[in-house]
Amino acid sequence: MAAERNPGDLRYHPEHDWARIEGDEATFGITWFAQDALGELVHFEPPEQGATVTAGKPYAEVESVKAVSDVIAPLSGEIVEVNRAIVDAPETVNTDPYGDGWIARVRLSDSSEAESLMDAEAYERYLAEQG
Amino acid sequence: MSYLALTEADRDAMLEAIGVESLEELFADLPEGVRFDRPLDVPPALTEQELTAYFEQLASQNEHNGSHVSFLGAGLYDHYVPAVVDAVLQRGEFLTAYTPYQPELSQGVLQSIFEYQTAICEVTGMDVSNASGYDGTTVAADACYIAKHATGRSKVVITEATNPQVRQVVKTYAPGFGLEVVEVPHRGGATDPDELRTAAEDAACAIFQQPNFFGVLEPAPDLAAAAADAEALPVAHVDPISLGVLEAPGHYGCALAIGEGQSAGNHVSYGGPHYGFLAARSEFIRRMPGRIVGETTDAAGNRGYVLTLQTREQHIRREKATSNITTNQTLLALAGLVYFSWLGPQGLREVGETCMALAEYAKERLVATGLELPFADRTTFKEFAVRVGRNARDVVRDALAHGIHPGYALGRDYPGMDDVLLVAVTERRTKEEIERLAEVLAP
Amino acid sequence: MKLIFEKSRPGRRAGHAPDARLPVPEIPAELRRSEPPRLPEIAEPDLLRHFTELSTRNFGIDTGFYPLGSCTMKHNPRVNERLAALPGFRDLHPLEDEERAQGALRLCVELQETLAEVTGLDAVSLQPAAGSQGELTGLMLMHAYFAGRGEDEQRRKIVIPDTAHGTNPASVTMAGYELVDVQTDPRGNIDVDDLRTKVDETTAGLMLTNPSTLGLFDENIEEISRIFHEAGALMYYDGANLNAVCGISRPGDMGFEIVHINLHKTFSQPHGGGGPGGGPIAVSERLEPFLPVPAIVRDGDAYRLDYDRPQSIGKVRGFLGPFGVFVRSYAFIRAYGPGLREMSEAAVLNANYLLALLREAYDLPFDRLCMHEFVLSARRLKRDHGVTALDVAKRLMDYGFHPPTIYFPLIVPEALMIEPTETEAKETLDAFVDAMRAIAREAEEHPELLKQAPQGTVVGRLDEVKAAKRAVVRYHFEDHPDLSAEPAPAGVEAPKGV
Repeated sequence: MAAERNPGDLRYHPEHDWARIEGDEATFGITWFAQDALGELVHFEPPEQGATVTAGKPYAEVESVKAVSDVIAPLSGEIVEVNRAIVDAPETVNTDPYGDGWIARVRLSDSSEAESLMDAEAYERYLAEQG
Repeated sequence: MSYLALTEADRDAMLEAIGVESLEELFADLPEGVRFDRPLDVPPALTEQELTAYFEQLASQNEHNGSHVSFLGAGLYDHYVPAVVDAVLQRGEFLTAYTPYQPELSQGVLQSIFEYQTAICEVTGMDVSNASGYDGTTVAADACYIAKHATGRSKVVITEATNPQVRQVVKTYAPGFGLEVVEVPHRGGATDPDELRTAAEDAACAIFQQPNFFGVLEPAPDLAAAAADAEALPVAHVDPISLGVLEAPGHYGCALAIGEGQSAGNHVSYGGPHYGFLAARSEFIRRMPGRIVGETTDAAGNRGYVLTLQTREQHIRREKATSNITTNQTLLALAGLVYFSWLGPQGLREVGETCMALAEYAKERLVATGLELPFADRTTFKEFAVRVGRNARDVVRDALAHGIHPGYALGRDYPGMDDVLLVAVTERRTKEEIERLAEVLAP
Repeated sequence: MKLIFEKSRPGRRAGHAPDARLPVPEIPAELRRSEPPRLPEIAEPDLLRHFTELSTRNFGIDTGFYPLGSCTMKHNPRVNERLAALPGFRDLHPLEDEERAQGALRLCVELQETLAEVTGLDAVSLQPAAGSQGELTGLMLMHAYFAGRGEDEQRRKIVIPDTAHGTNPASVTMAGYELVDVQTDPRGNIDVDDLRTKVDETTAGLMLTNPSTLGLFDENIEEISRIFHEAGALMYYDGANLNAVCGISRPGDMGFEIVHINLHKTFSQPHGGGGPGGGPIAVSERLEPFLPVPAIVRDGDAYRLDYDRPQSIGKVRGFLGPFGVFVRSYAFIRAYGPGLREMSEAAVLNANYLLALLREAYDLPFDRLCMHEFVLSARRLKRDHGVTALDVAKRLMDYGFHPPTIYFPLIVPEALMIEPTETEAKETLDAFVDAMRAIAREAEEHPELLKQAPQGTVVGRLDEVKAAKRAVVRYHFEDHPDLSAEPAPAGVEAPKGV
């Protein structure tokens, strides 16, 4: 169960964002916990392709009926691709937050930043502490 | 007179249930230093009858539109409010309800607002309207806020021929929004599109009024084009009563349409409450401040209405909200909806035509007595400026002695116009009243 | 029920404008209306039926108990409608010369003086159109005050508690300030230790409601006041909860220097389905010069408008404010006189009575006597039976009550904020208690009754996700979408074994 929720191959940011790092690029998204807390997404405000993202800072917005939430970049870099499919079908982020619900692909500017992110186990402990 | 049901017996039973001996114990948490230990220094309580007598006395000290023939406008107008409006507004289920947070119990209000939004979109030619703003001045500030966030620019342009109070409110809000306000002067009672174009460089929006404060018809499509050319959002501040005869802002290139709703269904009421309307093209829907009602269904497939896109609003987005507006002007907007529905498209056109015809007649009669119109070559709607030969405020005072209020003295808002009067002629005026106006103003 | 646009038929009409029987001037082609607006074409009998039917699909205070916390849904006296409709008020143009509006100006001045007395402050502006506009005006006053002292650049921060009403942070942003959150302690007071770390010479002020949105009077208010005054900052009072303390405690005496009052809450201006309201502000003497222009003042036996206010922040709304709201509120106040104190006492009594009778069936996050409202939590029901505050609210409708405020304040999970007001009779309160207790039992024995609620209303629970996604915000005539034909949006399955 937990493995489905927080896949082992990802790194996690405390604001409930994940990164799948592949070489000098990474794919970003929001975690199962985040989509569950927001409820079904109704709107996605995408970032611009080519925009610079900074670790810990917002780069996009998602909106459900009850809340708007900033999406925080786990790592710094430049956006090379935005998932257009979720603009029309934002609920994909809820049904498949780690797969088809990805948000952006980024060329990393500083791969050492990954060390300050949590692995799946650490993230699960972090979630448990949140209560 | 009080509205409490509470009796001694009630109080005793309730205190016992709570587990305290006296009412004072309920306030035990209040520190001594902040307790108010004397009776409030306010006049003694009045019974309903005494209240009525007192307020009737206060009301009798006011010279209202019924006590003289009024040609006073300048933003709020003596239009006819049909009896159905008052009847609908006195339905307790509308009057005493609050914001429809629980939609299942509030379909009356929600559907009314949906219908109001539709009516405003229709008259302004826009795609989306909110459920109302406070009045015709604050919706201009709202428009600036939308434009700032949509364009990223920090300057707004507004014409000098726009209502002075609208301009003043925009200037009051601007510093907090981080906006610079630039005014474009009028030329002979209207605005020059080239001047607007120049001023609108690097502006988030350009606001103009149609008809403008002088009652003059601006070259609105050209002003909108001039703003768009500078990549500023064109914003038209319009008179709802004119929209049966004048083109809708959405049909000549405006991004936003705003205005004061009072002319459509509200009594003058010494300045308020009324409603401001704000409508936009669909691309701005997520930036709209205030409530918006949307259509949906329940599980059984029944159509229903809910507050939607609420994430924009203060109670969810908090510091990122599109505005802080909570309580708005729903009941007055409902009056507007009833009014528009009572008139229908034919009636709205007829009101506009009647106002224009009577105003034109008034211009002719005044000119015939020898008075001059400062903007004689301009087409006007229901209001126009006339030069009265001496201080306009004195002219007003003298005319009132004859039971006529001849209009608004423009000198306090526009330099060099101390002898100019703004005369408003609504559908409530008659030829006979206009004749009397001409007699009274004749030099 | 059909929309009025769906009842429209070409050629029908209700009202007519008079025909001036004069030539209509030509409008230049490019300025002329090209297509008529598609307003309803309907005869008066059907028009009136339409709105009457709509009203029957709505619940107001006139219908029944409406304990919407933070909104003060008290009785709206009908005489006030009559008074506001007197021609001398209703048909009075705001640009009449002052000599011709003495009755109206006198009413405004008397209302101002009463509000000053109730708040314990020195000067009042009636101009703001609603509470949130009053807040924004208050923040603009802060800017002006500090700018006058050369401190505006330095003081950028406003402190607000985590229990604050959503308008507070939104107003802070609109006024160009930064927000600093302060926590609430286990007794429901501001955490004074946390506060001390957050207030310094960069602080402009505090925005606080007292009693708070938890319905609790802050026991440390004097210490809080000291902290802000020592830092040279100002204190702003959100008057949303003034109904608890009229004649009992005054914000001015608590140390606040700017207060907004909600005329549609404390002073019974009818809520109108969402508005109008009134948000006058009261200030201390040192802030008076910055108030919006014009000021309404006494001049011997007469009343006049003072436009000569060089330090004023300007204008926040047209004319003098929503005058019709002043008439109703002032009438309400004159009906009570000094008895406004009894009004607040009754409000606090009613709330404590409900609290005492409901604390067993629900959770009470802060175990204290409350003021005019209190917050319960349905978290136990959620944990044990899977029913939420939302479900409780929907089920209350089947019992004939308007639900309380839910999910606010944010610091209480499954919050139910209940404010009975003073105008409810004991039997009404008892009936509400019976319903709430019954619902708690149903949660245990028949939770489906809550989940399927409401059953007795004209529509069931509405799909808010669909509303947000489709964003149908106006009637589209021939192109109007048929949302009932749409499949439900992709649901998100609750994960098993949570």
